[in-house]
Amino acid sequence: MRWMEAIRSAFSAIMANALRSLLTMLGIVIGVAAVIAMVAIGSGARNLVDSQIRSLGANLAIVTPGNVTQGGARLGAGAASSLTDEDARAIRREIDGVVAAAPFVQGGAQVVAGGSNWGTRIYGIDLDWFSAREWDVATGRTFDPEEVRRGDIVILLGQTVARNLFGEDEPIDQIVRVRNVPFRVIGVMAPKGQSAFGQDQDDVVFVPLDTGRRRVIGRNYAKDRSVGSIFVKFANESDIEPGIETMTALLRQRHRIIGEQEDDFSIRNLTEIANTATASANTLSMLLAAVAAVSLLVGGIGIMNIMLVSVTERTREIGLRLAVGARPRDILSQFLIEATTLSTIGGALGIALGAGAAYLVAQLAGWPSLVSTNAILMAVGFSALVGIFFGFYPAQRAAKLDPIEALRRE
Amino acid sequence: MALIETRDLSRIYDLDAGRVVALDSVSLDIDQGDFVAVMGPSGSGKSTFMNLIGCLDRPTGGQYRLAGTAVESLDAAGLARLRNREIGFVFQQFNLLPRVDALGNVELPMIYAGFDRRTRRERALQALGRVGLADRAHHRPMQLSGGQQQRVAIARALVNSPSLLLADEPTGALDSRTANEIMALFQELNREGVTIVLVTHDAEVGRHAHRLVRFRDGRVMEDHRQTPVDARDLAPEAAE
Ligand SMILES: Nc1ncnc2c1ncn2[C@@H]1O[C@H](COP(=O)(O)OP(=O)(O)O)[C@@H](O)[C@H]1O
Ligand SMILES: [Mg+2]
Repeated sequence: MRWMEAIRSAFSAIMANALRSLLTMLGIVIGVAAVIAMVAIGSGARNLVDSQIRSLGANLAIVTPGNVTQGGARLGAGAASSLTDEDARAIRREIDGVVAAAPFVQGGAQVVAGGSNWGTRIYGIDLDWFSAREWDVATGRTFDPEEVRRGDIVILLGQTVARNLFGEDEPIDQIVRVRNVPFRVIGVMAPKGQSAFGQDQDDVVFVPLDTGRRRVIGRNYAKDRSVGSIFVKFANESDIEPGIETMTALLRQRHRIIGEQEDDFSIRNLTEIANTATASANTLSMLLAAVAAVSLLVGGIGIMNIMLVSVTERTREIGLRLAVGARPRDILSQFLIEATTLSTIGGALGIALGAGAAYLVAQLAGWPSLVSTNAILMAVGFSALVGIFFGFYPAQRAAKLDPIEALRRE
Repeated sequence: MALIETRDLSRIYDLDAGRVVALDSVSLDIDQGDFVAVMGPSGSGKSTFMNLIGCLDRPTGGQYRLAGTAVESLDAAGLARLRNREIGFVFQQFNLLPRVDALGNVELPMIYAGFDRRTRRERALQALGRVGLADRAHHRPMQLSGGQQQRVAIARALVNSPSLLLADEPTGALDSRTANEIMALFQELNREGVTIVLVTHDAEVGRHAHRLVRFRDGRVMEDHRQTPVDARDLAPEAAE
């Protein structure tokens, strides 16, 4: 029998018992939904890790002032930071495996250019920033060492800021004002896009560290050459943990903290955040894989059962088909196609359900929802296989029927 | 050469309760264009004989040639092919697919013959026209009377232009007036050249056939020619 005919007749047989068919599909629906959700969550977590690495830079640790175990409240308004440029320089010099130590200060600022003005974040940075964050300019140039040393009044714009202030116009060599200080634009940063947590990373401007401290961000920093935080970039991931230990010792020594005294800084390994996300995604994936396996098995058995019922119910039809010229293999393929159609429709419903679930999880976990074509193909393949595998026995029973006996059956 | 040749055709059932000889060494030739009525008491082996010559069942002994083909040598697929091309079967219970309309039912044998959709549609409509049901093409079996359902079944049996039309008590489930209409249809089809073998209990019907074969206990008890094979050519007035 031709494929199209077989599929058409499969559909009509399925629709003739719509409710029964739907209930039969349930196992497949849940199984496939679990497969889809599993793959989506797995790749969502991987994506989160990737985008975190992409937006921050790989193999990063961050040194922040104060002790997080005591709560961030210690660094309240007016409190001077305990970290300095000198700390950053010492780290760069003395810790093995460090490729960059980028001290920075940050604050909010209103940037004015001609008639337009734009509220954004402003960072005071030194040259290590660019290698630590793996972030360069798209047009123009970055600061030169002299500009950083002197604290020149030059500025780099993030893409969002450049677009909002200048539109299509060329921003380089234009003057923008921050706190009434006229900065010369020397470059526009390459686009970074959204961060893993949905922030626009291009909504930012950069000035030399000293310039930031003295001119725009606040007096507290200016007093003692202190900085907000320090990004420390390592050459290899394996350097990070030992590096953090030696850094802790170094900073304690530099800050004259002895014995039982608490650190006045804290260091976090930024790859750890990503690793935690991966680990919990893996647990969830494993759970879903188990659900998927059990559901697909139960769904397959359900299909086998309903196909056996269907073969019994339609024995006369089979006899008639044989009588008008169906070969055993025509009957076999008819019932196989019916089982496969049943399981594939279940698969399609499962894909919809799974995509919905994946979307929900993604919303809750705060990462982009990812239902890949691969996962869909895999799910369709799985459900078709289940139909073929569990449909085979009933179909073979149908194909082996004797025409006379089949026709005589009530 | 006869269309059907059976030699010592036998069908024996070996049951726990004992041996049942349903058909006992039947040797019979049936020519192209003939109209044979098969009669006999219930259990005499009529259906067994029909199923054997219809290639639905296999004999336990003897030989059977249909249009020159030795049927015993065929496998299940070969038998299916023969049923599809050479034989049209009409059952007492119509055996239409309930979810499919008349047209779809008539198309069924052509699906297995591998015809494309358009050809199937065309020929099915033509066959329905031939049995007087062109205007019921899209009715489902449930929406048709018994006589109309049997006409659809006859159209289905005819649609692949088989050399042989077999009917096992085709009017058994119909009232007598409808039965007469169906019999008239068979006679008309035979006049158009279709070879027909038909099981009936109706002596009147038996009288209208060209040849009457009577079974008893699995054997041919009487074989009586009433009209020459092709009545039209040989004796037009005798057919009246
Ligand atoms: N499947 C079967 N198993 C056992 N005996 C059968 C079977 N089919 C038919 N018979 C027996 O074969 C004999 C002939 O049956 P059948 O050809 O149906 O008779 P008819 O059609 O003339 O009434 C009967 O005795 C019947 O009981
Ligand atoms: Mg009978």
